[in-house]
Amino acid sequence: MLKTLSALGVASLMLLSAPSIAEPTRANTLAVKGQFEFSSLDPTRKGYVYQRMQVLETLVNVDHQGNLIPGLARDWQVDASGKVWIFTLQSGVRFHDGSELDAEAVASSLNIAYKKPSLMQGAPITTIEALDKQRIKVSLSKPYSPLPAILANYSTAILAPSAFDAEDKVVAVIGSGPFSAYEVSIPHKLVVKKFDQYWGQKASIEYASYLAGHRVESRVLQARSGEGHIVLGIDAAAVPGLKRIPHLDIVRSDLPRSMAVKMNLAHPLLADQKSREAMSLAIDRKGIATAILRSKEAASAQLLPSYMADWYVNNASAERNVEQASALLKAQGWQKNDEGWLVKGDKAFELSLITYSDRPELVKVATALQDQWKRVGIKLNVNITNFTEIPSGHQDGSLELALIARNYGTIADPLGILIKDFGNAKGGDWGSMNWSNPQIQTTLNQLVQENDPEKYHQQAQQVAEAIYKDKPLLPIAYYVQHTAVNKKVKGFRFDPYERSLYLNELTWNK
Amino acid sequence: MRALLLKRGLQLIAVAWGVGTLTFLLMRALPGDMAYRIAAGRYGMDATDTTSADIVRAELGLDQSAIAAYGQWFIDLLSLNLGRSLVSGSLVIDELWHMLGHSVSLAIAGSILSLFIAVPIGLASAWKGGWLDRLVLSVSTAMRALPVFVIGLLMIILFALEWQLLPVAGYDTAFHLILPALTLGLSMAAVSARVVHVEAKRVFGSTFYEFARTKGLTHVQAFRRHGVRNIAVPVVAFFGIQLITMIEGVVMIESLFSWPGIGHGLVHAIFSRDIPVIQGAALMMGILFVVMNTLVDIACYYLDPRGGQLQ
Repeated sequence: MLKTLSALGVASLMLLSAPSIAEPTRANTLAVKGQFEFSSLDPTRKGYVYQRMQVLETLVNVDHQGNLIPGLARDWQVDASGKVWIFTLQSGVRFHDGSELDAEAVASSLNIAYKKPSLMQGAPITTIEALDKQRIKVSLSKPYSPLPAILANYSTAILAPSAFDAEDKVVAVIGSGPFSAYEVSIPHKLVVKKFDQYWGQKASIEYASYLAGHRVESRVLQARSGEGHIVLGIDAAAVPGLKRIPHLDIVRSDLPRSMAVKMNLAHPLLADQKSREAMSLAIDRKGIATAILRSKEAASAQLLPSYMADWYVNNASAERNVEQASALLKAQGWQKNDEGWLVKGDKAFELSLITYSDRPELVKVATALQDQWKRVGIKLNVNITNFTEIPSGHQDGSLELALIARNYGTIADPLGILIKDFGNAKGGDWGSMNWSNPQIQTTLNQLVQENDPEKYHQQAQQVAEAIYKDKPLLPIAYYVQHTAVNKKVKGFRFDPYERSLYLNELTWNK
Repeated sequence: MRALLLKRGLQLIAVAWGVGTLTFLLMRALPGDMAYRIAAGRYGMDATDTTSADIVRAELGLDQSAIAAYGQWFIDLLSLNLGRSLVSGSLVIDELWHMLGHSVSLAIAGSILSLFIAVPIGLASAWKGGWLDRLVLSVSTAMRALPVFVIGLLMIILFALEWQLLPVAGYDTAFHLILPALTLGLSMAAVSARVVHVEAKRVFGSTFYEFARTKGLTHVQAFRRHGVRNIAVPVVAFFGIQLITMIEGVVMIESLFSWPGIGHGLVHAIFSRDIPVIQGAALMMGILFVVMNTLVDIACYYLDPRGGQLQ
């Protein structure tokens, strides 16, 4: 309540300084409906809504191919030691409260963010300071090439000095984007107003609102009724029906998020690469992608999508081959018993897999896997639980298999996440488990110090190749996101990194 | 009256303590590591791993014993301090206040609608009987059998999609209140219409009512003087019982219609193990329950003062 009031207070102050703007109405407000709620004014806590609605901006931006492009920083350079980065700011940038965005303000905002738990704490930063009005110096204790990619994440968004109170707590969302916060009503609603003094492409629509509704049924209905102009996170099952609605366009986008089976390689049945290969061959990825995800092209036996070219293996096959799978298992001494289950002496090929229902498709895919592995005689017990059982099962070693969805695009460069997931023999909460490949793991860890793109590509390929062949994880498919866009809106494009809705590029169709 | 208020005041304290303690015990008994859940609520699913869970654990001191945590909660409660949300870090009382306003307006609108639906339908079916009675009985049974979530969806499909009269979900304008309130009203009226029906039938068939007609009162006069009050007492008392249905309905309806009330807040708080918010919300609901029941009792006393002293 207090927050709403204070945000309204700031907004009304701004209104006083720009008396010509009308109130938000249904006619002048673009309505966005999304699935994610936000819990705080602080961008280090689920701040993606402020970034996506373009209230807050980061120093670095990301294009659709994952390349880093200028944001609030016009360019950036690293010195020969790899430990000192200089970022040069755009000129003429103003915060929504009218104050100037200079190096001092940026350094102070980043220093505050660095003190709070967020992605930035993974970087070996020693100091962040302003060199002069336009330039900021970030010093590191050791070379770390993903630094600019981290500075593209919402948790490093730049807030005005007046956004903080004396204890560095965020009290108002005052940024520098093409829209300013007009009404912040946690956890559901955010209304933004176009900012006339924006330094880049100014918005044409006057207001935009974001309303979180975590039930997909409600969102689908909001798209149908025309109440939502842009409706995010439409489930695949609703797409065929929505395509028949004349006032809607359905935009299909590939996300840098993959569905995969996490495996504990310390488990006796999973230790041998041949068994993992057989399990992979027995999966009908195209069937799963077509029937459950409603997108045949989404099937994949490798983790990262083709637009992350450094990490994409060109000759990976996602084909199913039950005969070959059975042959591999037979060669290892597994025989089918009378009931069709694999046995070796008195041992059965039986595993348990956990997954979670927050993403409803995971449950369906888990049962599909159960059925597909049954055909080669592997018995799978599926257990639907809370997703936090996966990291804790990884830590205490009790996990056997887990079906997971992993986002490799939270940082534009997937390297940071890959190091976390595959960078050591123990593995990561959302990556491999007890996969030891010292040569690849060393290469992966050294990549952070590699600034030559050619060499980077070569080594990244080695790593991707090893993950594909050794199969510490069994990728199933990429995620596809469907967005319903009302035909009243012109110029929508979807950002696979989910950083921006590009509202400032949208216009109304007359 | 004073005795009643004193008694209910003591009851309120007992409920506050009981509800708080029970939610505390239940939350502690749930499987899974709290730190991971809180981290997921704070940073989103993609950013939840052992590192972020450890940060949460250290920051909130989750390693302290359950007894110490309970003691702290109890001392805070005595000083009317509900604490801060583990997820958002803001004061629980502020969050609750924001949510409570939305829930109360939904609950009041829903209850009023339910009365407007249940009373005329119940009276008409008792009066007319026959096919109308059978129709109302089948519709009421069907409504009661459907989960309120399904009633809500049907409302949206009819009013928002087919006829395009009302918005689907959200809370921008007064129009946004209509569908959630109607959904709540319908699910409550499903049972209360039957209660009105049964009570009306009892009264219409009673000897005192027959006598009123015999002595020459018209239908309207007899109903006003001898019907209304007699029917009202059990109906109002039943309304008190229905508070449970209402709270249950509010939780489901709020999440279907993106209505930012206390039920919705409670569900999310449970997902992310935000114990202070859960305790606060449960406490608030408990208090509401006692207060509403007291109001119902007082209303019943004034409707039928024959019970003697109000206690």
